[in-house]
Amino acid sequence: MKFYIPPQIPRLVIAFAIFISLFLVARHFLVPDTFGKYGHYRAASLIDNANPEIHYAGQQACFDCHQDIEDLKAKDVHSDIHCEVCHGPGEKHVLSSEAADIFKPSGREFCGSCHALNAAKPKSAIFQIDLNKHNVGKNCNECHNPHQPWEMKK
Amino acid sequence: MGNEKVKSSRRKFIKSAATLAGAAIGFSWLKSSQVLLYGAEPKDETLPWYGIVIDIQKCIGCGNCAKACKKENDVPVEPFFFRTWVEQYTVKNDGSVDIVSPNGGIDGFKQTVPDEDIFKSFFVPKMCNHCSKSPCIQVCPVGATYDSPEGVVLIDEKYCIGCRYCVQACPYGCRFIHPVKKVANKCTLCYHRLKKNLAPACMETCPTGARMYGNLRDKNSDLVKFLKEHTTQVLRPNLNTGAKLYYNALSSEVR
Amino acid sequence: MNPHYQHLYDILAHSQGYIFPNEIDLQWGILIVVYPFITGLVAGAFILASLERVFKVKILKPTYQIALLTALSFLLVATLPLISHLSQPQRAYEIMITPHSSSAMAIFGFVYLWYLMVVLLLEIWFDYRHSMVVWANEKKGVMKYVYKILTLGVNDISPRTLKWDRKLGYIITVVGIPSAFILHGYVGFIFGSIKANPWWSTPLMPIIFLFSAMVSGISMVMLIYMVISWFRKKAIEVNVLDSIGKFLFFVLILDFTLEGLDQIQRIYEAEESFEIIKLLVSSKLYLTLFVSQGLIGTIIPLITLAFLQFYKHQIRLKKTIYFIIGLLVLVGVYSMRWNVVIGGQLFSKSFAGFTSFKVGLIGLDGTLMAAFWIILPFGILAFLLWLLPPWKMVEPEE
Repeated sequence: MKFYIPPQIPRLVIAFAIFISLFLVARHFLVPDTFGKYGHYRAASLIDNANPEIHYAGQQACFDCHQDIEDLKAKDVHSDIHCEVCHGPGEKHVLSSEAADIFKPSGREFCGSCHALNAAKPKSAIFQIDLNKHNVGKNCNECHNPHQPWEMKK
Repeated sequence: MGNEKVKSSRRKFIKSAATLAGAAIGFSWLKSSQVLLYGAEPKDETLPWYGIVIDIQKCIGCGNCAKACKKENDVPVEPFFFRTWVEQYTVKNDGSVDIVSPNGGIDGFKQTVPDEDIFKSFFVPKMCNHCSKSPCIQVCPVGATYDSPEGVVLIDEKYCIGCRYCVQACPYGCRFIHPVKKVANKCTLCYHRLKKNLAPACMETCPTGARMYGNLRDKNSDLVKFLKEHTTQVLRPNLNTGAKLYYNALSSEVR
Repeated sequence: MNPHYQHLYDILAHSQGYIFPNEIDLQWGILIVVYPFITGLVAGAFILASLERVFKVKILKPTYQIALLTALSFLLVATLPLISHLSQPQRAYEIMITPHSSSAMAIFGFVYLWYLMVVLLLEIWFDYRHSMVVWANEKKGVMKYVYKILTLGVNDISPRTLKWDRKLGYIITVVGIPSAFILHGYVGFIFGSIKANPWWSTPLMPIIFLFSAMVSGISMVMLIYMVISWFRKKAIEVNVLDSIGKFLFFVLILDFTLEGLDQIQRIYEAEESFEIIKLLVSSKLYLTLFVSQGLIGTIIPLITLAFLQFYKHQIRLKKTIYFIIGLLVLVGVYSMRWNVVIGGQLFSKSFAGFTSFKVGLIGLDGTLMAAFWIILPFGILAFLLWLLPPWKMVEPEE
């Protein structure tokens, strides 16, 4: 008997073969369909990530209706500031056209979130005022039109 | 005669081998020189390959970006979950650095140090760097986070097992576990908006245009022009993450 | 304020300096401390068993099967703290079906499976097959069939086949030693490969984990050997303890040296992260690092073990000291796991501040759960010792 195979070997080979094939079968059914199409991930996840609804409608959606404001803004320093910077997410308002669905800011604190004096704000980037000194007690929009801030109201 | 033939064929072989080796070396050099700017090579030629610029000289710390991001992406309002946030750095005259980010900057900032003690002060908005050699993708055990063909690092919320390894691996602290969805969460560069040709919410609502995104592949894009004309830097360049978020006027105190 | 997040507000109030806002909640809690601790016990116990077999340290024979079964009991539990820590545990199978080849964690699944299936189970099977065949013939009722199934139907106990049991078992042991090294070195790599974390990211991490694993595994087997002997009212052989003690002494020296080297390198190079790490070890980790891991877990055992090598009197006292040393070393290694896992998350990646961490008692991530995962292997071990008692094994005729 030159080629003696101890009886343990074939039995173990069978056991491991069963184990591995069970694993492969399970794997076959469990791996998601689109997995690995573009890389080591579920390609369908790209669609999942593109699907959520938007809350901010984007500048153009505002101008589609509010041409007047666009013209007003264009003349002054707030021209580059998109509507939703101050008015908040507008998609709901775009869909409903209800005035209640859009935020209308006012108050010194609100304007101050950009214009209040802070040493960390670059002077070149923003016109800053000291809220404690500048016309205390008055609301900003009593003098300034937020869409056209330097066109002072009387 | 036969000998001569063998010799010549051998010479031919050596010649072609040398050419091949030379080409390989040359090619790898060419590749590595591209790596310098963009970190890695984009895959799909037909799609844009996104990069981001944040201009510290323009950021006024209003916190609009962080606020809008939470609204746009349904991130819980509690101050422990941020896809983007703003930090205020104040370097004092004694050399110490004061860093704050109350509620991620959403409620704005108060000056923490009186004017006379300030050496310099500035805001730094933070968000996912969309690294092209991203450590978070590298460590994800199941492939639940990946680099999209547009170079946006995304998460597969249906596949993430919540092991938090990616949170540990991100050197920028940009990831968190979503307390409701119980999976990893992070900035997607508003992938759902990009696909509708809209700007990411943080950029849509930035009053000073301190944030920019654009196609790194398009040499005429505003982004690439900006990179060309300014001295920009990525965060933690020593970690070689291939970050595609470039900061203009980044100060050395920033981590 | 949503009360659901109250604990996070508490942590926020206790944080120091500046931390990134997402870093307030510690991601890996006490369960991830338990996981490398348990895996370390497996690797250590197995290496002790292999020592007896491959290097023919006859004196350790009484601990051979105990070490193997200890390794198996802890290995069966090793992944459970990990899986129970996932926030989507029902998706854990994905690690096996779509493993990401660049992820240390994914490949660990296969390293684990290799070690369990190919090394440990096979070695135990070859070792016990003869006995199991005999037991299957002796027993009646259900147990007869249990043993029959366990033999996989290989009932041949002719001398030639038994010789092959030993031969194949030996081969498996030889394969097993590097496998055990890989298994626990790999656990170290899971931490050591995170370049974002300077407290973890060191090439020495896998080696440090490996040696501390051996230290803990050896101590654990020593303790279990003593407890089992006590339960069975058998004398604890002091020669066995001395021999284990000597081995423990050398491994402990190596472990201490490696960890010392790692820290010296860190201090000397004093990179970007040095200041924050200096603050970390001198405040938040002071007790667990210097007192618990250094003094209690390393220095005291080292001195005592060195002393015990020469001490030949009062055998009873000596046994008691060995028992205490074993416990101290385990406390030290557990503290080391704590220092690595928790310590590495306490400081912010901004290197400018600390978050805080308090373990709760109850809950999936609490102390009781961690204690459960540490105690469960002992239950499994008791079952295995009942099923496969080493002291009833059939001795092969030479």
